[in-house]
Amino acid sequence: MRVVLAEDLFLLRDGLIRMLEAFDFEIAAAVDSGPALTRALAEEQPDVAVVDVRLPPSFTDEGLQCALAARRARPGLPVLVLSQHVEQLYARELLADGTGGVGYLLKDRVFDAEQFIDSVRRVAAGGTAMDPQVISQLLSRRSQDRPMARLTPRETEVLELMAEGRSNTAIAAKLVVTERAVAKHTSNIFGKLDLPPSDDDNRRVLAVLAYLDRG
Amino acid sequence: MRVRRTLVAAARGVGLAAVSLAGSVLLFSLTLVSLTLLMVGPGWLTTPPVVRLTRRFADHRRAWAHSWTGIRIPADYRPSPGPQPGLPGMAQRCQHVLSDPATWRELLWLLVDMVAGFLTALLPVLLIAFGIEGFVIPVLVWSGVDLGGQTYGFLYASDPVQVALMPVLGAAALAASRFNPKLLALHFRLAAVFLTPPKAELAARVARLTETRHDAVDASAAELRRIERDLHDGAQARLVAMGMDLGTIEALIERDPAKAKELVARARTSSAQALTELRDLVRGIHPPVLAERGLDDAVRALALRMPLPVEVTGRLPGRLEAPVESAAYFSVSELLTNTAKHADAARAWVDLEYADGRLRITVGDDGRGGVVLAPAGGPGQTGTGMPGQAGTHSGLHGLERRLGTFDGILAVSSPAGGPTLVTLEIPCALCSPKTSSC
Repeated sequence: MRVVLAEDLFLLRDGLIRMLEAFDFEIAAAVDSGPALTRALAEEQPDVAVVDVRLPPSFTDEGLQCALAARRARPGLPVLVLSQHVEQLYARELLADGTGGVGYLLKDRVFDAEQFIDSVRRVAAGGTAMDPQVISQLLSRRSQDRPMARLTPRETEVLELMAEGRSNTAIAAKLVVTERAVAKHTSNIFGKLDLPPSDDDNRRVLAVLAYLDRG
Repeated sequence: MRVRRTLVAAARGVGLAAVSLAGSVLLFSLTLVSLTLLMVGPGWLTTPPVVRLTRRFADHRRAWAHSWTGIRIPADYRPSPGPQPGLPGMAQRCQHVLSDPATWRELLWLLVDMVAGFLTALLPVLLIAFGIEGFVIPVLVWSGVDLGGQTYGFLYASDPVQVALMPVLGAAALAASRFNPKLLALHFRLAAVFLTPPKAELAARVARLTETRHDAVDASAAELRRIERDLHDGAQARLVAMGMDLGTIEALIERDPAKAKELVARARTSSAQALTELRDLVRGIHPPVLAERGLDDAVRALALRMPLPVEVTGRLPGRLEAPVESAAYFSVSELLTNTAKHADAARAWVDLEYADGRLRITVGDDGRGGVVLAPAGGPGQTGTGMPGQAGTHSGLHGLERRLGTFDGILAVSSPAGGPTLVTLEIPCALCSPKTSSC
């Protein structure tokens, strides 16, 4: 799997290259600025891009803007955005086109290599990887709502993991329950929140995220 | 071109004279009547509006002075107390305008304006009329009209020699009328003499600047102390613990791998916590979204983090100066936090606007209100207090001081039972239009 990596801090870039290579990713390009990222994305046509939000030359949200522009040019281009801080505002912008293949994680998440690599793979496959902090912000906003209040604590837990973008299998493993139990929770959640049921993991995640971000 | 300027100045002068005479006479009499009525009562109601009208009248003159002749007439009114309902509010407003020296300065100016102001405004057109008369009289005399003892300046129409000199004098007057724009400026200079705040008020302004500078220095020193303490007790301590753990791991890794593994996990937790603390600290110093996107998106991101729904409207045409951006952001943050904590509101809204060199932010909520600007500080000062609801919006005073550094102002409208509307205004410049390299 070919990756384009954009990170301006040498140490982090180097660490990410080594980690990705250790998990059999091919680094198509590793760049350190916005313009270089735009060029690399156009030339290399990678399977996934891992991008730092803040990049030179402007040191604002250049990385995010470049990623969004690249996704406009090539809809569905898988992009995993990394940042020192997560904002619901940015998550919303990334999710706005509703096509998936989007990740938005705190840089801290690279500490857990396996989970991080899992997120990269998920995004590359067209799935979603949202930082738990984004999800907990969304949930705390909606916790007062009537439909949300009807969820059992276990269902809320499942909802949280689902919103992060995890598959039923992964949720089952994390909560140490059977996949069937997770499937049951999921259909309960969709029933209570009045969302259309779907077998497609990715579409389900997007529906949940859209629901949480509404209002 | 010169002729045009001359004529324009004359025409403006005529208009100005009319306005001066009518406006000043009317406003001066209204003011006198209103002041007299103070003794019997209704004056308390009529004086503030009359003074407001006079100020608008003077402001028009200031605007004309600047756009016609480039003369700047500074205005320095004392900041008005916030809108307060009922009779006490009216009495407070009245007392406020009466204690402002600008009110009395303007009253004196009205008196001058209706006489001297009127005459100076007429000078340009009189000069032209005089010039033309210098040609008309000889033509009349030479065509046989008997003008009797008519004089023109110091020349007599009865003496043929003096009649022959009249066109010379008239031409001189017409030539002099090229200075009409300067003559018109005379009118505004006269106004400036009466309308410009005297040095004593400059001194008051300096005192205010000194005070706000002290506030700013104090605030930034306190902020640095807080950052130092947070780093010292937080991230720094965690890094020390991590270093210690790593040392122990090094010693244990072969002897007791299980224990070492446990310590590795602990070191990782420490590093994650250190990062979280640093992140919170950074957010408190300068929020990353503010640096990345500017004030309006930072406020939008802030709104999304609030526990109650907050609607953000308005867009700024570009980035503001960094210190203003930061002060405005933290002010909004504080107001929204107060709303979430104390106002018992179902929703809140923020409106951002930049116009005429001023940033205006309105923060409102549908909560229980009761936040007022206290009259305690007396006229000219806008103190904040919170009778009835102890503790509500107690940060408003600090907020006002923070805005004071930027000459910003704060107005609160919050009747008991709500809704609350807080408006803050900061004069500032736009830094750059929004740009993006992608």
